[in-house]
Amino acid sequence: MEKVIEIKNVWVCYGNQVILEDVNLEIPEASGLLGIIGPNGGGKTTFLKVVLGLLKPYKGSVKLFGKPPEKSRDFVGYVPQYKRFDFDFPISVQEVVLTGRMSRAGFMKKYREEDVKAAEEALKTVEMLQYKDRQIGQLSGGQRQRVFIARALATNPKLLLLDEPNSGLDPHMQDELYRLLAKLKKEMAIIMVTHDLSAVSIYVDKIACLNRKLHYHNSKEIPVEDLEATYQCPIELIAHGIPHRVLENHNSKTSNNKP
Amino acid sequence: MLELLQYTFIQNALAAAILASIACGIIGVYVVVKKIVFITGGIAHASFGGIGLAYYLRIDPMLGVTPFSLFSALVMGTVSKKSKIPEDSAIGILWSVGMSLGIIFVYLTPGYAPNLMTYLFGNILMVPHSDLYLMLFLDAMIVATVYLFYKEFLALCFDEEFTTVQGVPTQKLYLLLLCIIALTIVVLIKVVGIILVIALLTIPATLSRKFTHNLKRMMGISIFFGTVISFIGLGLSYVLDVPSGATIILVLSFVYGLVEIGMECWNKKEKIINLYNNYI
Repeated sequence: MEKVIEIKNVWVCYGNQVILEDVNLEIPEASGLLGIIGPNGGGKTTFLKVVLGLLKPYKGSVKLFGKPPEKSRDFVGYVPQYKRFDFDFPISVQEVVLTGRMSRAGFMKKYREEDVKAAEEALKTVEMLQYKDRQIGQLSGGQRQRVFIARALATNPKLLLLDEPNSGLDPHMQDELYRLLAKLKKEMAIIMVTHDLSAVSIYVDKIACLNRKLHYHNSKEIPVEDLEATYQCPIELIAHGIPHRVLENHNSKTSNNKP
Repeated sequence: MLELLQYTFIQNALAAAILASIACGIIGVYVVVKKIVFITGGIAHASFGGIGLAYYLRIDPMLGVTPFSLFSALVMGTVSKKSKIPEDSAIGILWSVGMSLGIIFVYLTPGYAPNLMTYLFGNILMVPHSDLYLMLFLDAMIVATVYLFYKEFLALCFDEEFTTVQGVPTQKLYLLLLCIIALTIVVLIKVVGIILVIALLTIPATLSRKFTHNLKRMMGISIFFGTVISFIGLGLSYVLDVPSGATIILVLSFVYGLVEIGMECWNKKEKIINLYNNYI
């Protein structure tokens, strides 16, 4: 089996500004949830765009399943940032999810029976099937987020990318979202980027920090130095039940938030 | 008033109104939901260059304007996406370049430019048979294209980025959409003229949005409103002896205003009734 993601020495520049600097990442298996945290403007969305092949890196190589991103789009599901949408748009939940079957149905062809089935299957997975005829604007924030996840799932992905999936959701809805992702991560590799540190919940298997550079140690522990380098200020992680697990003190000099 | 229907020019006007309503009903919905009203206005105004060129070359203006508006749609679609300057600035520049070209061409044409006003402000009472056939042909092209690309256009308008990730050539698809918008503009020119085209592409679609959340139904309702209201406008302009294009648009705006206010009042009433019921 090919590696899910293999990113080597990727640089992205916009004008004179370096957005991503020498980013390396490797995910060998199509399972598990990687959380990428970093401040706003740290290049998280840019990183996802590079992985999706929407943006060509200035230098370096990106391979998904051993192929360039444009060639492996059939295996990739994408849940974009939620704020971008016009929720007045005259489109129903089912129509939204069906757009995830676009490439399978074929260009200039109608959706087939099996596309409709796959869309309904995806809606069932996120427990939204009973809302399939609703207009997208008539749902709550958490429900809409589920619909966009269903749209990504309708492509039958082996890699799922989520851009700030927790923004705009209340804690209860966030928790439901993570539980859904925990269920999905058994069948596909998931990458979730977020600026919200508390989002790094117990459901995340591995964590990386991104602020121009990507700090990744193939584990769930982040050294405090990495976090501070990412946020460029002293960080105290105060999230329920996780600080001891996330933060591993390399030496006693660094701040210690044990109770 | 019924005896008026015997006149060929009235029959032609009604046929033109129906053909125009079909085109603007379908395409107007895309213009409104994709929020490309400004680029549509740009294509419409820039196509005045085509009319000027047709006068200069002494060919039928409708034949001049069709390729020219297609051309300006392609240029605008490409430049506005690819250029370093903001999209609306790029559109603004091309908009005025097209119009200026038209003015220069008309000026360079020796002698008097007949019917120039017809193309600027429209005159639905002066649509010859040949134009009706052209409009019918363009309508058929528009309907066929939307039928073939319905699923792609819906995805493009809702979420362009995701559609790209799905492997759809969205930039080409967007240019295709702009091209059928350009064809629609050609259909509409005879009815309301270049200056007012944008009203026919926005008002019926915005109005239909009040009644449904389904794109296909929006198109149907837009066509219905477009047809009925342009008939009313046509009748009024005849009775009052005022320009037909402007009258149609004023009636459209008036109906839109009424619906907007009516719905607002209805919602308030419902709210008050609910409050009252809860209180009891």
